[in-house]
Amino acid sequence: MNLTTTVLGKTYQLKSLKEVLAKANEEKSGDQLAGITAEDAKERMAAKLILSDLTLGDIRNHPLLPPDIDEVSRVIEDAVNDKIYNEIRGWSVAELREYLLRQETGNNEIRRISRGLTSEMVAAVTKLMSNLDLVQAAAKIEVQSHCNITIGQRGVLSGRAQPNHPTDNIQGMKASLFEALSYGIGDAVIGINPVIDSADSVKNILLATKEVMEKWSIPTQNCVLAHIKTQMKAIRQGAPADMVFQSLAGTEDGNKAFGIDVALLDEADELIRREGTGTGPNLWYFETGQGSELSAEAHHGIDQVTLEARCYGLARKYKPFIVNTVVGFIGPEYLYDSKQVIRAGLEDHFMGKIQQIPMGVDVCYTNHMKADQNDMDNLAVLLAAAGVNYIIGAPMADDCMLNYQSTSYHDIATLRETMRLRPAPEFEGWLNRMGIMENGRLTPLAGDPTVFM
Amino acid sequence: MIPSIELDQFVDRVMAELEKKLGSPDVSVTTESANSNAVTHSATDSGVVTIKVPQPRWEEGLAELIESTPARIGVWRTGTRPLTKEMLKFRCDHAAAIDSIYGEVNEKLLEQFGLFTVDTCYENTENYLRRPDMGRIITERGMDLIRESCKAKPQVQIVVSDGLSANAIDANLPDVYPSLLDSLTAYGLKVGTPFFVKGGRVAVMDHIGELLQPDVFVLLIGERPGLVSSKSMSAYLCYQPRKGTVESDRTVISNIHPGGTPPVEAGAYIGTLVHKMLEQKTSGIHLDL
Repeated sequence: MNLTTTVLGKTYQLKSLKEVLAKANEEKSGDQLAGITAEDAKERMAAKLILSDLTLGDIRNHPLLPPDIDEVSRVIEDAVNDKIYNEIRGWSVAELREYLLRQETGNNEIRRISRGLTSEMVAAVTKLMSNLDLVQAAAKIEVQSHCNITIGQRGVLSGRAQPNHPTDNIQGMKASLFEALSYGIGDAVIGINPVIDSADSVKNILLATKEVMEKWSIPTQNCVLAHIKTQMKAIRQGAPADMVFQSLAGTEDGNKAFGIDVALLDEADELIRREGTGTGPNLWYFETGQGSELSAEAHHGIDQVTLEARCYGLARKYKPFIVNTVVGFIGPEYLYDSKQVIRAGLEDHFMGKIQQIPMGVDVCYTNHMKADQNDMDNLAVLLAAAGVNYIIGAPMADDCMLNYQSTSYHDIATLRETMRLRPAPEFEGWLNRMGIMENGRLTPLAGDPTVFM
Repeated sequence: MIPSIELDQFVDRVMAELEKKLGSPDVSVTTESANSNAVTHSATDSGVVTIKVPQPRWEEGLAELIESTPARIGVWRTGTRPLTKEMLKFRCDHAAAIDSIYGEVNEKLLEQFGLFTVDTCYENTENYLRRPDMGRIITERGMDLIRESCKAKPQVQIVVSDGLSANAIDANLPDVYPSLLDSLTAYGLKVGTPFFVKGGRVAVMDHIGELLQPDVFVLLIGERPGLVSSKSMSAYLCYQPRKGTVESDRTVISNIHPGGTPPVEAGAYIGTLVHKMLEQKTSGIHLDL
């Protein structure tokens, strides 16, 4: 494995694959915080050049976090198809990039080689790709999933209705939900973040959303984004959950900080299959985001792009219905400004899609980050072009409970009209029956939440 | 309540600036989150629900929906885009939220509750935003002060910190703090010596926990400011926080502000949680609520 190169007359000798991967990243405040970033633009380029010549075999043979000490590594390693891997192990990372971007390489070809890739290889190629590369390669990949309805078809842009309320007030949640539905939003999931993480609270919210779904025969699925243990308790008490939710990290220690491990996820997986109300086969909702491992001091010196790729490697084991990176939620210490958030959003979406994850993105920012709503407009358009499965719908993009800004009901409707995208077919059929949509456009009735009263 | 006069003046100034920028005296730009009377419903300018949906199926019903949440609903649209005033209101609230990050907690309030101040290693706000690790460590001088001033091994240690919103402390501490003390007294629990941490992050409780060895730690801290409220406070509770404590060991009550969990109720509820933690000798996801 050659870790030496010369850039503009200066020779760089890096010490390990871990260092090459970290220094090859585009600039991120999180890597700076971890103290693993390139010193300057030249060293960054040196790392990218070294990385471009490494082979996929080099990457697999030099594990960043050995499987015997980390269960996320084990999950990723166990999923590799060795026959396919052996066909491509001699490829350089540069060749992998060029293969993905070739005109002859389509969805089926990418789906096949993805079974021979590890998450680290996916992260490696991402570091050599420009923003437009990430858009184009991701746009080739179609990942459909089915809980109660199918989403992820080419030409479909779904939305999560996120009708959160600062005191878990059921009427207030319903009000925001009615507004969402009246704009044609809610085909990905009706997903609520509770303030109070208790089984009773989860159960009440699941019952309320299920009641709305049944009353209006809405073809979608519900979920409450409490801790997995709380959801399990609620489900065992008879709460109607179509899916279960959990935040994931890319290391075993990171997941420990979230209060989970693979054994617990396996247990929840079995429970939702036996006692969930969703049709399946896809019954999970995961969220991820660059920086969570560092935040939990569980990053093992690995950069945040690589760790994020590993989250998707772990998610894949559970065949999720939806996964989204909450890209700008964690804060400026990991992604400092809009440039970094936009880059991370495109990276995460691509890294998820290539690992066959039905990938959505929470296009978002907090008020202590150097970004504003115009930046979210930009990223949302880029992701719509990249074929993102869904984005988040919050009333006027303002989540009044989580205190951050995402994308709005208006934004999803606008992206659909501007980018010629549609809601999921079954959901669109329902919108037509309700008189909210006609030929893929909102009708004059759209935007009146009292339609559902 | 401590009236925060400075804040009012500040808000007035911001409002005046905004009106000037919008260049029209009849443009009434009301940023609810900048209003010092705390949170009001986003669509209810001066308490009256204005109906923007031109022909709602049920007008009274729409008012009911708008009243039930601070979320920006019933806002209508032009094509698929928001109406101009609604969009500008959103931008005004964002401007107010950004400003609240750079505020400072009212000294008189800290004096009133007898809270002395120690600093973390945060140095300045820019650095605080980029280096959360520094906000988790108290300066050496601060540690000395804590050692000299505080009762060691208390049953309950209360610490207040500005976090990402000094406004949150100014707005909520006067209600939360007395009701928390009442609640702890009612359970017969003994409280150590409380103090204020400037530039704190949640995990600063681990560093302090190592030194003071409390059974239960209560950290009242300003949340990252939102648009509906830039004055939202969180209470982080932990049973025996020490170096290496993981996030899932902490119990959090977020959204403490008049439009969310009311501060007086929050204080009482924190007391109940502390009592349960002492009974069960655990906290976070292991705590049975």
